[in-house]
Amino acid sequence: MRKDDTPNQDRRHALECMLWGGSGLLWTVAGGVPRSSLLGTPEAHAQSAQGGFSFVHISDTHLGFNMAPNPDPTVTLQESLERAKSFRPAMMLHTGDVTHLSRPGEFDRAAQIINATGIETHYAPGEHDVVEDDGKDFFQRFPQGARTGGFYSFDQAGVHFICLNNVTNLQAGKMGMIGAQQLHFLEQDLSARSASTPIVVFAHIPLWVVHEPWGWGTEDSAQLLRLLARFGSVTVLNGHIHQTMQKVEGHVAFHTGMSTAFPQPAPGSRPSAGPIRDLPPGELRKLLGVNRVTRVQNQAALAVVSSPLEG
Amino acid sequence: MQSRRFLLASAPALLAAIPMAQAQQPATVTIDDHDYAPRELRVAPGTKVVWNNKDDTPHNVVSTDNPRAFRSRILDTDEVFEFTFASPGTYSYYCSLHPHMQGRIVVG
Repeated sequence: MRKDDTPNQDRRHALECMLWGGSGLLWTVAGGVPRSSLLGTPEAHAQSAQGGFSFVHISDTHLGFNMAPNPDPTVTLQESLERAKSFRPAMMLHTGDVTHLSRPGEFDRAAQIINATGIETHYAPGEHDVVEDDGKDFFQRFPQGARTGGFYSFDQAGVHFICLNNVTNLQAGKMGMIGAQQLHFLEQDLSARSASTPIVVFAHIPLWVVHEPWGWGTEDSAQLLRLLARFGSVTVLNGHIHQTMQKVEGHVAFHTGMSTAFPQPAPGSRPSAGPIRDLPPGELRKLLGVNRVTRVQNQAALAVVSSPLEG
Repeated sequence: MQSRRFLLASAPALLAAIPMAQAQQPATVTIDDHDYAPRELRVAPGTKVVWNNKDDTPHNVVSTDNPRAFRSRILDTDEVFEFTFASPGTYSYYCSLHPHMQGRIVVG
């Protein structure tokens, strides 16, 4: 699947590399074409050994969910965070649905468990987090985007991170929406960045159309892509669909992460997008977990790994 | 306003005297498998509609009118939302968590 076996030094914009490492499948994208290999291979170890800045992507912790196939997602959240800590990340991104029902006790429990890791965490809201009272309880506990209604940006280790909120004011029959206000912010925010700056955009609902009948996509994502087009390395991290999925468009690599609470079906494979209830015994932890992202300097490859709790 | 008078009526004799008293029987919309059943419900003015979430996923019931005619809190499994439709009309609604879920109540 790989286009080039060596880093493409001619690609002016692709100056950076991101490596997602863990115990699962390793995805590598070089020259825009993804390939996969199992972790534990010499190549995977070589990539991991290059070290550099690394962070964890976690999503859809859904504290408050208490049904099949996972009656207690606090346990699997804690297992996921143990996995995260083992990566010794510089920080963590949470792409939303921290809670199941937006209830204060769920937010408090989530904040308590996640804060106990000592890992600095940046949150994007999910629709389950902001469905009541304009997200008051979410933004009280995770105030980074409180002033704007959920979007913000920051820089770390030479990477520019942008959090977007595409879950507020969802319209009947429509998918996620970024909206004019955030697109304007994004245009301003990106205008001062050089094209060689690695960009990470994170938001809850996938920023490309995964499955429109289930609302798994974002209505105005094409406008986002236009703003990102001049950048050589763009990584988009999303949650919402409780499974890993990848897509590459130009220099933009899209990835979704697993939930730490319950898996959802492949798009269109079941009548509805509800939790997969009828998992065979022992399968749950193969479908839950976190992602690890590591930036490796002076490489043109982008490598991605999802890290399930088991298997 | 007529429905409010209906609700305030407490004496059985008075209820029996009011035309369309049967409209006081609640009508139910069941939420399951990320869908409202029935998607379209026809009721008489003054009818109380009860949405009952039987799904293992939380949903809500949000009017698409501006201003909104009604909006439920988030409904966990087995939680219900009730709204009494006083005036004739078509009331479209959706789930703001899963916006592809849409339904309507036709009152008339």
